[in-house]
Amino acid sequence: MEFARDQWYVAAHGVEVGRDLLARTVLGEPLVLYRTGAGEAVALADRCVHRRFPLSQSRLDGDTVVCGYHGFTYDPTGACVFVPGQQRIPRTARVAAYPVVEQDSLVWVWIGDRERADPATIPRAPWLADPRYAVVRGMAPLDARYGLLVDNLMDLSHETYLHGGYIGTPEVADTPITTEVDEDRGVVHVSRHMDDAECPPFYARSTGIQGRITRWQDIEYHPPCLYLLHSRIAPQGVYPPAEGEDSAAFHAEIVYAITPSTAHSTYDFWAVARDFAVDDESVSAYLHQSNHTVVMQDVAALNVLERVIAAEPERYQELSINIDTGGLAARRLLARLVGSGTVGAPR
Amino acid sequence: MSPGADAPGGGRVYRVHWVPGTDTLRGICHCGAQRLAEEPVALWQWLLDHPRGHHLPTVPAADPTGRQAVPA
Repeated sequence: MEFARDQWYVAAHGVEVGRDLLARTVLGEPLVLYRTGAGEAVALADRCVHRRFPLSQSRLDGDTVVCGYHGFTYDPTGACVFVPGQQRIPRTARVAAYPVVEQDSLVWVWIGDRERADPATIPRAPWLADPRYAVVRGMAPLDARYGLLVDNLMDLSHETYLHGGYIGTPEVADTPITTEVDEDRGVVHVSRHMDDAECPPFYARSTGIQGRITRWQDIEYHPPCLYLLHSRIAPQGVYPPAEGEDSAAFHAEIVYAITPSTAHSTYDFWAVARDFAVDDESVSAYLHQSNHTVVMQDVAALNVLERVIAAEPERYQELSINIDTGGLAARRLLARLVGSGTVGAPR
Repeated sequence: MSPGADAPGGGRVYRVHWVPGTDTLRGICHCGAQRLAEEPVALWQWLLDHPRGHHLPTVPAADPTGRQAVPA
């Protein structure tokens, strides 16, 4: 499976990066992440140039990383500043330092050609760092290729069957979708507006709504990494006013960052930001537990799919129907980023 | 946004509406050409073939071809 290398990917939630060394593998590149004393996130290659020992299994000394095997010491730019037993530091003694941008509480890294790394192209998820929202978050590693998670998130009809009792109700799979592809910006939108739907426990317990709801799901996928689900929940029949705040509704901004780790493994970064009950810790605890459960239901299913695909003969013919309209668009844009430009799934 | 209009930033936008109460999809190219289809693979192929076959603003329904297998 090929990757779109010249792109920004989320390597961590900001809160995961601190004064401990964090190992992550992005696009097959082992990284070590940490935060300097001044608070800046750093991503270095996670292999000592000397004998390849993982720097993530070493230690921090101030802003430098001291290799746990022979003491080679690297500064935040990846330059070696100390080698054991001699004064001369070999000219080639350095590890790669990757461009890092911390934005909207996410730590983005650039693995490809650093000359092309433009922070202005990183898509935004502002709710994650907005004090008017309460946020719960997590990360689940998948033993599955990233394309399977893209497929999963682009077609939410699976909520009815895989996530019944949490976020799925019959109306999700039953409601037609509208798909838009902004070809020049490279963004896919999929909308599913349910006028009269059962309220799933995820929203009934968090909003307190009793009875049926008007539920809107508006997906915005910025390939390759960032997926936004704008979720609007309101008592049935309550729609946004023609002007002014949509204050009669509850809004959840559900964010996924889909980061390929290897050809057959993926980081599933998730977050749920809400504009209601923002100070209610019990709602945060409930939504964290519920979304974690939902994510792990996806992880279990996609891990199974990965094993199925790995064992199947070449040229298996899958079937696409109306619910797949957005997923097919996402596959095409991903393939375009990788460089093949075909409609078929990136494999 | 009206069918066939460009995005606010001036970009080219393809749209596919699932016609309520039916199994039919309506594809709308950024040039304004439209086509009906019964499954998304052929519809995307037609949309992305722009401008080939997009001469008329509105194109009658394509023959329903049923569900197609998609190369994985």
